[in-house]
Amino acid sequence: MSISVLKPGLFTTVQDLGRPGYQKTGLVVSGALDAVALRTANLLVGNPATAAGLECTLRGPVLRFEADTLLALSGADLAATIAGQPVPLGRPVAVRAGAVLAFGAPKLAGRAWLAVAGGVAVPLVLGSRATYLRAALGGLSGRALRAGDALPVGEWPALARRLFDTLKPAETAGWASARWLAASEAAAPLGMPLVVRALPGPEYAQFAPSSQQSFWQELFTVTTEADRMGCRLSGPALTRATTAELLSSAVTFGTVQVPPGGQPIVLLADCQTTGGYPRLAQVISADLGRLAQALPGTRLRFQPVSLAEAQALYLAQERRLRTLERAVHLKTLPV
Amino acid sequence: MADLPATWRLYLLGDAAVVLELGQAIAPATHRLLQALARLLDQQPLPGLREYVPAFTTLTVYYDPVALSGPGRPAPYEQVASYLQALWPAALAAAADYAPGPVVEIPVCYGGDFGPDLGLVASHAQLSAAEVIARHTQPEYLVYMVGFAPGFPYLGGLDARLATPRRAAPRSLVPAGAVGIAGLQTGVYSLPTPGGWQLIGRTPRRLFDAARAQPSLLQAGDRLRFVPISELEFQRLSRVH
Repeated sequence: MSISVLKPGLFTTVQDLGRPGYQKTGLVVSGALDAVALRTANLLVGNPATAAGLECTLRGPVLRFEADTLLALSGADLAATIAGQPVPLGRPVAVRAGAVLAFGAPKLAGRAWLAVAGGVAVPLVLGSRATYLRAALGGLSGRALRAGDALPVGEWPALARRLFDTLKPAETAGWASARWLAASEAAAPLGMPLVVRALPGPEYAQFAPSSQQSFWQELFTVTTEADRMGCRLSGPALTRATTAELLSSAVTFGTVQVPPGGQPIVLLADCQTTGGYPRLAQVISADLGRLAQALPGTRLRFQPVSLAEAQALYLAQERRLRTLERAVHLKTLPV
Repeated sequence: MADLPATWRLYLLGDAAVVLELGQAIAPATHRLLQALARLLDQQPLPGLREYVPAFTTLTVYYDPVALSGPGRPAPYEQVASYLQALWPAALAAAADYAPGPVVEIPVCYGGDFGPDLGLVASHAQLSAAEVIARHTQPEYLVYMVGFAPGFPYLGGLDARLATPRRAAPRSLVPAGAVGIAGLQTGVYSLPTPGGWQLIGRTPRRLFDAARAQPSLLQAGDRLRFVPISELEFQRLSRVH
């Protein structure tokens, strides 16, 4: 079973939940920028949460399924179609062999995730299938998709088979989507800034009070220097009240660091494991996925929360995923 | 509970990580304490700890707030903080008779195409190229931490005479294995990357290889020695590694 890549899209990579455990050796975690979105798509096709899918950026790929496929899309609406018909997000979609999934010109910039039953079965590298471009490891030969690639697909879990059968797609290149959908977090309304909640970082107190205030109150815009490592923001200059050099220490997904120029950088899934810039803030775990939609031009606002709130939000998010997992199982039970 | 040192400081890095900081000075004694604590975390992991990252004076512990949550349990952060404090007396004892990590030999072909900045480092130090090589291969360096890039070691122990400022304009591509000097630091590029260090040589050994079970050749706590080799040996070893 495989998927043929007819067009690769702007920047499409194989991602799973990353390869934790090696940060002490300088190896970044990588993985989907919105792990919750990828996990949601995986649950919708009966996969374990750890299965690998595709992360699509701005313009998605054009893919031909060489065998019957159960797929799900999550994240931003990147205008996916099969045979000219829009494919809904957040639902399992049963697709017959030969069907072509194409992404059009999205109305809004964003990133999306595609999960297929069985997962994208590229080899595991250090326990993960996530692509890490800088070291050219994981994913499909450590790189983004190219036209002509064939993506291997793993064995279907029994649940995927049952889901596919309940959807009964038409025989020839047909497709059918479930009439139910996974509730997803509402995207920021058109034109509204992306709000991400954060905790003060280790060096927060070293910043001038006026800079601390600006950080929470003003809007920042994502510059064109934005990739999977991080995004550089432009906004009010943030100044440290001290010039003392810092020793390199750990940084992670969601760390907001401020280089001497005063324009913050938000680190993302492919960020380095240690850094020497002051860490002004740390985006809470529950909002890391929102940062996946911080593409050039996106306006961002940071909102302070307490540690207790941050952990409660994270727990609630995990509960929602468990509820979804149970609900998907129930959908395949005979009525 | 044993007294905690005056430099002991615990702080948050968001809602899923705790940083233990022992002051702001790079010192072998601080390094040994953090390494001893890291080894204890390996031997007696608290369920819910994801991984840890040692740095010069910090040990950052990543944890899973879900695994550490439950009715009647203290906040996850409190549990990790108490755990680190509880391990402290054992870490102190272990650091006292700390067995240093292995000595890893890094063969280096100095100068020529492999070390285009050797002459510059020599003239900056007012030494001959041969004296620079002798002073660079003499110390036993300590790997304080591995970071910045996969397998990249932060080393302590450079002869202060060899300290040379970074290049004004970084090179757009430095090959993996390049050995360089930047200020009081010396190190080895583990991946091809842009870089501003003064390059004095290159090693055929691969500092990072995802095909190995332990992909990083060097771990925090290891010791390192540079061994000069000829270009012929470099070619031969390149085929082996």
